Amino acid sequence: MSEDTGFQPQSGAGAQPPGPGRTPPAGGQPHHFRRMIPIWLALALACDLIWWFVVGPHVPPGDMSTSAVGAQFDFNVLFLAAAPVVLAVWVYLAYAVWTWRASRADAPEPVGGPAARSNFKVQFWWIAITTVVVLAAFVFGTVELIVPAGAGGAEGPNPIWKPTAKHMLVVQVIAQQWKFTYRYPSYGGMQTNTLVLPNNTWIAFHVTSLDVIHSFWAYQIGVKVDANPQLDDVAYTKTRQTGTFTVRCSELCGIWHGAMFDYGKVLSKSAFDHWATTTEKKQAVNTKYLPPFAWTYSPTANGATGATGVNTSGQSPFSPEQHYGATPARKLVRSSLTSTATPTTGT
Amino acid sequence: MSRSWRIAIVLGLFACAVVLVVFTAMAYIATSPPTVSYLDSQPPGATVHLVMQTDGVVGSATGGAAHPTWVSYRIRTPKTHAWTHTTLVYLPAHSRIDVTIYQFDSGSPLRNQHFGMVTGTIGNDAKLNGKTFKVLNSYDTPNGQGVGHTFTVPSLGINVPLEGNDTSKKTFCTYGPCDPATQLHTKTTFAFTTPGVGNYRFQCFIPCGGGRYAGNGGAMQTLGYMGGFLEVRA
Repeated sequence: MSEDTGFQPQSGAGAQPPGPGRTPPAGGQPHHFRRMIPIWLALALACDLIWWFVVGPHVPPGDMSTSAVGAQFDFNVLFLAAAPVVLAVWVYLAYAVWTWRASRADAPEPVGGPAARSNFKVQFWWIAITTVVVLAAFVFGTVELIVPAGAGGAEGPNPIWKPTAKHMLVVQVIAQQWKFTYRYPSYGGMQTNTLVLPNNTWIAFHVTSLDVIHSFWAYQIGVKVDANPQLDDVAYTKTRQTGTFTVRCSELCGIWHGAMFDYGKVLSKSAFDHWATTTEKKQAVNTKYLPPFAWTYSPTANGATGATGVNTSGQSPFSPEQHYGATPARKLVRSSLTSTATPTTGT
Repeated sequence: MSRSWRIAIVLGLFACAVVLVVFTAMAYIATSPPTVSYLDSQPPGATVHLVMQTDGVVGSATGGAAHPTWVSYRIRTPKTHAWTHTTLVYLPAHSRIDVTIYQFDSGSPLRNQHFGMVTGTIGNDAKLNGKTFKVLNSYDTPNGQGVGHTFTVPSLGINVPLEGNDTSKKTFCTYGPCDPATQLHTKTTFAFTTPGVGNYRFQCFIPCGGGRYAGNGGAMQTLGYMGGFLEVRA
């Protein structure tokens, strides 16, 4: 057997003789592996280049936020890594089907015997390459999760990976069968039907539920967080483009789960500020009856048992100073061009 | 008994079982409450008057309610003025709809006071017993009974809280259909404009599915009771 590769079993010990009526090819078998490599390389390169430059920029969820861009980048990188592997299998299969087809006059007998039993070189490279690919995927995935502050995913009530941004807007997402509402502690604790965000701003989503388990999935901004009753589930992202995005519940939460969706907006900072201050004024007639802001939104805390407007959950009302630094988040957003406050996140 | 007979009997029984399962499933799936049509209730372009009631206990007197103890909406049929046990309504597109809801159920504070605010109606307000309001503080409503139900159409942004009633009063309606002329109720009126053709789901946002987890499930999610559709047609 050739020492170059493990792909020429017919020329060495253990190779099977040609079948009846077949004659061995003059000069032995060609170097099949060296024939396959250029084919595979050309296809893999073409496939990866086309994907990266043509398809990649359009891969969902898009580029409305840092976590969306991160998700898109991750999909693309994983595709670039996976495509050559898939093509290697296909090229080998196609080559084998064509080269060793039974109808060929000089086709050798199927491989068997000692040559098929072991080949150290093939085994070594097989294990080495797959190990490198898997470990690289592990390291890549871990870095891509940690560096962008959780990549828009849920981090629970005590986030480990926090953004180091100076400016942060806190939005509480309240899920209930079958609608999301949104509370803005930095704007008087108002609660709204629609999610509106400022552009170029880090957002801290605090997601909770009033009843069963839901999941807040803001698709185009790449945020997906489970909404559990009595739990404050935190995720971060930074908006980077104005536009509309879809919010869906992605946890089967009852018969009208499919109807639990709405549309959010990312506005310019000035447009957001106008919307927020206007809405805060409009909502003020009802905001005064809402319970004090708390990280979770339990029915008993809201007075559903008769305790009028009293937060009986045992949790402290929201304090931007306590949770997001010395300056209230509202001022951080409004004076984002000049503020130098350094928030510390977490509960 | 020969082998072929035994096979025939087994296959016959199997076929019967399949037919039974299919019929049962179809009977369950295909069951739908009736639809009350307001399409021809007024001349084209005229204001439509949609009248509904909420009963704390739907009863079994009319409509053949499968769950007579559940809470439910009823819709008044425009021509006969009969109360139909359903939550499916046809409404004309791009029309003003004047809604009257007679609320006969008791009340409590809202789980989420956000739904105490009137939104999506013309003027973003409603009238409770003839008096205009924009917000019901569910912890302290005018008659002190909290909110019984809400009429909420999430996709249209419509939300109207409906005040509850005192169960200790003699005229409190114990089962439906309730009579606005003689039984205790609150009357809420508001108006909205229908959008284009579509199917718009409405539900109650004060969990009223008693005996279910978190008050949801049961009546809360069932068509014909507290969940329904405004089907807007051309």
